[in-house]
Amino acid sequence: MKNDRCLWEAEWVIPSELAEGSRVLEEILEQLANHEWGTHDIYSVRLALDEAIVNAIKHGNRHDESKQVRIACKLRPRELWVEIADEGPGFDPTAVPDCTCEENLEVPSGRGLMLMRCFMSRVEYNQRGNSVVMEKQRAEKAPDDAKPSQP
Amino acid sequence: MAAHRSLEVSEVGDVTVVRFVDRKILDEANIQGLGQELFQLVEEENRGKLLLNFTTVEFLSSAALGKLITLDKKVKAHGGKLKLSNIRPEIYEVFAITKLNKLFDIREDESDALAAF
Repeated sequence: MKNDRCLWEAEWVIPSELAEGSRVLEEILEQLANHEWGTHDIYSVRLALDEAIVNAIKHGNRHDESKQVRIACKLRPRELWVEIADEGPGFDPTAVPDCTCEENLEVPSGRGLMLMRCFMSRVEYNQRGNSVVMEKQRAEKAPDDAKPSQP
Repeated sequence: MAAHRSLEVSEVGDVTVVRFVDRKILDEANIQGLGQELFQLVEEENRGKLLLNFTTVEFLSSAALGKLITLDKKVKAHGGKLKLSNIRPEIYEVFAITKLNKLFDIREDESDALAAF
């Protein structure tokens, strides 16, 4: 069960300001770097979390600074788990048009959700659509995995 | 010539070569300014052949992709041509996933792109 143990966890409640979201994102990425996550994994998490946090602030809370965004994070040896929730009315992720269809290629918006799904291992919204849980399985071996097991 | 804060603009023959000052084209406020500077090249400075060199760019968000799509439309509306070059593999992945590699003319490096105008 050693891979289920939590190496680090944190929770933030921030106002709907992009600078605050960036600060939290950098804290999470710093933890991944500290735990020797690979550069592509860190790149993937940065991309997906940036999209999700911007979505929460911009589309969810519509930049209303009286509304907050809650970000919870758990880092385990093999995975990162993140939950991002806003105070907006939510949206239906299944109603977002496929941005890769020929007729949508030139539409300037609607690619964030697709990038989140492609760069994370799991992306799941709650029923209201104002809270998303994302998981990223690390591609490279965790340093602990490489050590010989104790007798 | 107008000042560009987010862009380094140079000319090679009749092609305008644009490099990005920021390594991360992510931040929403920066993207708005970046978009305006790019659109200005087409709409106010009437530059017909644009090459965006991504050599300095390490991160690109979906909002930045949106600006590039709008720029492509503006360039086409003005009868011009837009090409992209020097895109890192991890950034190219973003273009490939979203199938925008079909929309944009993406070349390996600046000399390839210049030769293709």
